[in-house]
Amino acid sequence: MNTDNWIRTSGITIALIALMALAVLKEHTVQAAPSESSVTGTVKLEGTPPHQRPIDMSKEPSCAAVHKANPVATETVVAGADGGLKNVVVYISDGLSGPAATEVAPETPSWDQKGCQYIPHVMALNPNEHFKVTNSDPTSHNIHPMPQPGGPNHEWNKSQPSGAPPIDAAWQSPEVAIHVKCNIHPWMSGYMVVVKGPYGVSDDKGSFKLDNVPPGNYTLTAWQESLGTQTQKVTVAVGKPTSVSFTFKAK
Amino acid sequence: MRTQELTIIACAVAVLALCSISSAQVTNNQEEQNLGMEAHIGKLTGHANDAALNYRRYCAGCHGDLGDGEGENAVWLDPKPRNFTLATFKCRSTPSGTLPTDEDLYNTVGRGVQASNMPSWNPLSDQMRADLVAYVKHFSDRWKTEKAGATIEIPPEPAVTADRVKAGQALFQKLECWKCHGVEGRANGPSADTLTDDQNRPIKPFNFHDQMRFKCGETNRDLYRIFMTGLDGTPMPSFMDNVKPDEAWDLVFYLRTLQPMHTPAQEIAKQLGLKPINPNAPAQNTESKPEGENK
Repeated sequence: MNTDNWIRTSGITIALIALMALAVLKEHTVQAAPSESSVTGTVKLEGTPPHQRPIDMSKEPSCAAVHKANPVATETVVAGADGGLKNVVVYISDGLSGPAATEVAPETPSWDQKGCQYIPHVMALNPNEHFKVTNSDPTSHNIHPMPQPGGPNHEWNKSQPSGAPPIDAAWQSPEVAIHVKCNIHPWMSGYMVVVKGPYGVSDDKGSFKLDNVPPGNYTLTAWQESLGTQTQKVTVAVGKPTSVSFTFKAK
Repeated sequence: MRTQELTIIACAVAVLALCSISSAQVTNNQEEQNLGMEAHIGKLTGHANDAALNYRRYCAGCHGDLGDGEGENAVWLDPKPRNFTLATFKCRSTPSGTLPTDEDLYNTVGRGVQASNMPSWNPLSDQMRADLVAYVKHFSDRWKTEKAGATIEIPPEPAVTADRVKAGQALFQKLECWKCHGVEGRANGPSADTLTDDQNRPIKPFNFHDQMRFKCGETNRDLYRIFMTGLDGTPMPSFMDNVKPDEAWDLVFYLRTLQPMHTPAQEIAKQLGLKPINPNAPAQNTESKPEGENK
């Protein structure tokens, strides 16, 4: 090997590395598709919804008073008259490539404690998406989210007396799902579902919508707090809304 | 150009060697890296490597060889030994959800944990305890990616006055400490019987009426720190977002009046003829929200 040869070889190597780097970069930029579609659909419950236990709030008179006219029950399965299943989170569990499109929420999602219940009962979030915890009750709550112990998100527990300012928080990693409880009012229960990319949460009628989905082939997952998960493959085309439906069977 | 050729060959060999090490010995390296964990307490530096024998001798019986809290004695114990792999700790000087400082862990090892089977390890030397702290940290990777939270500031303790004791009592009512700890601090509040820890095991609130020492210390500063940072893994939340540093001292003084030992605050409470709070009485405090607002 002489000097010329040495220079030539190293030159070719550098060129090759540069080309590879370019290719990688290009792949990433191409992913940010210009036109995005939405995925809409409904979630139904088949069979008789499980009995929801009435909640006795007599230990917290201020909250009991709020629900005097309309007593509340647990919310482990909430189905409408036509079988529409509420509080189901639908998200893309596989197929998102490149930097996952993040939902840009118009305003910071809020998790309220009202009438000794969590509103909403189920909230979907992206990693690092900030949310605020508020207390609309005349009583103190302790907000105690309990991610999987030893996992990437960490449990915290903060008191929020009546009239206290909102608590700002975010979860750094995806997790389906984080149970939230209040130790002072043990009937209070809710879930935060942290997923990458677009998500939708079903409403009273079981309808959901995922916005800003780039065209592609995906696996959609629907999560319900006591009925588990269901998956479905979908193909999203440019500029055309895609429709899917999920059916959970009552246990 | 022999030297250049040699350099190329040497580089290639080095790259190949690195590749094989990283793939084949990843588990060994991981363990070695973790045992390189250090703890820094003032001028002391603890080394996990030096604590392996002492951990097996003094700690593993309860906390387990793997640090998972499943030592052979664990089945007999309540509360259960801490699971170090989860890196959740009760006694911290740092905000809820963050790692404790090395000094926090060092203090717990030295102090022991009241009302549990964790004894004081002060008979061991300072260096041995510092090494054990590093060893406790080596069980969770969280210590490699995260720093301890910022230590809360505790202002110097003011003089205890009648006004402060009364203000502390108002806070005890407003913050609803009594919902768990009871109106007289007897751990019999309306929510007391329903409490569970983060493993869903039943747990009792602290009973001020018959206990002098807390799990995380016994001084006024310890008490201040306990309710400001909360005890992670338990139902006890952090109050630091909603209690000002000066108010926190008022609450400390009032809590001292509930305890069995003689304290200056208790003397003041006696002179005042302070009665336990009545949560059902209409709020006399002008600051509180009107009751009807939420209908």
